[in-house]
Amino acid sequence: MGIDASMLFQIAGIGIIVALIHTILKQMGKEDMAHFATIIGFVIVMVMVVNQLSDLFQQIKSVFLFQG
Amino acid sequence: MEIIQIVMIGIIASILYMVLKEINASFAFFLVLVTAILIFLAVIQQIGIIFRMIESLGNKANVDGMYMQTILKIIGIAYITELGANLTKDAGLGSVAAKIELAGKIFILLLAVPIITAVIEAILSFVSAV
Repeated sequence: MGIDASMLFQIAGIGIIVALIHTILKQMGKEDMAHFATIIGFVIVMVMVVNQLSDLFQQIKSVFLFQG
Repeated sequence: MEIIQIVMIGIIASILYMVLKEINASFAFFLVLVTAILIFLAVIQQIGIIFRMIESLGNKANVDGMYMQTILKIIGIAYITELGANLTKDAGLGSVAAKIELAGKIFILLLAVPIITAVIEAILSFVSAV
C-alpha cells in the first residue's frame, strides 16, 4: 500500500541540477547551450510525468468507466 | 495509516515547490502535477472498493445496471474534471480551467440525457393515462 514518492524527489533534483547547469553554461558565455540543457531537462521530466499521467488515466478508466 | 503518508507527501511537495519556484518555475509546475497524480493514484484503489460495494447494493435492490453505470461515470467525469481544472488554475490559466469545468458539465449532462428522457416519458405516460 506504500506510495512511491521517489518521483517527487527525482523531479526536484532534476530541476535544481538543470538550473545549476544553466547558470554555469551562461557564466561560460554559452547562452544557446544553456537553453538546450534546460529544454532537454524539461523533456526528460515531461516524459516521466506523461508516463505517470497515462497510468493514472488508465486506472481512472478501469475504475469509473468499466473498461479494461 | 495511508493518510499520514499522503499528508507527508503534500508537505514535502510544498517544501520542494518553494525551493524550485525560485530557480525554475516550469519544473515547479511538474512537481505539482506529480503530487496530484501520486495522491490520486493512492486514492483510486479505495474508490474502486467503494464502487464495487455500491454496485452490489444496487444489484441487491434490483436497480437497472444502466442507471448505476451512468451515475458512476458521472462521478468519474467530475473527479477528472476537478483534477484538470485545479491543475490549470494552479498554472495560472484561470480561463482555461473555467472552460474545462464547462466541458465537464456538458459531458455530465450528455450522460444524463437517457435518464432524463426516461423520466419525461414516464411522466407523459401518466399524464396521457389520466
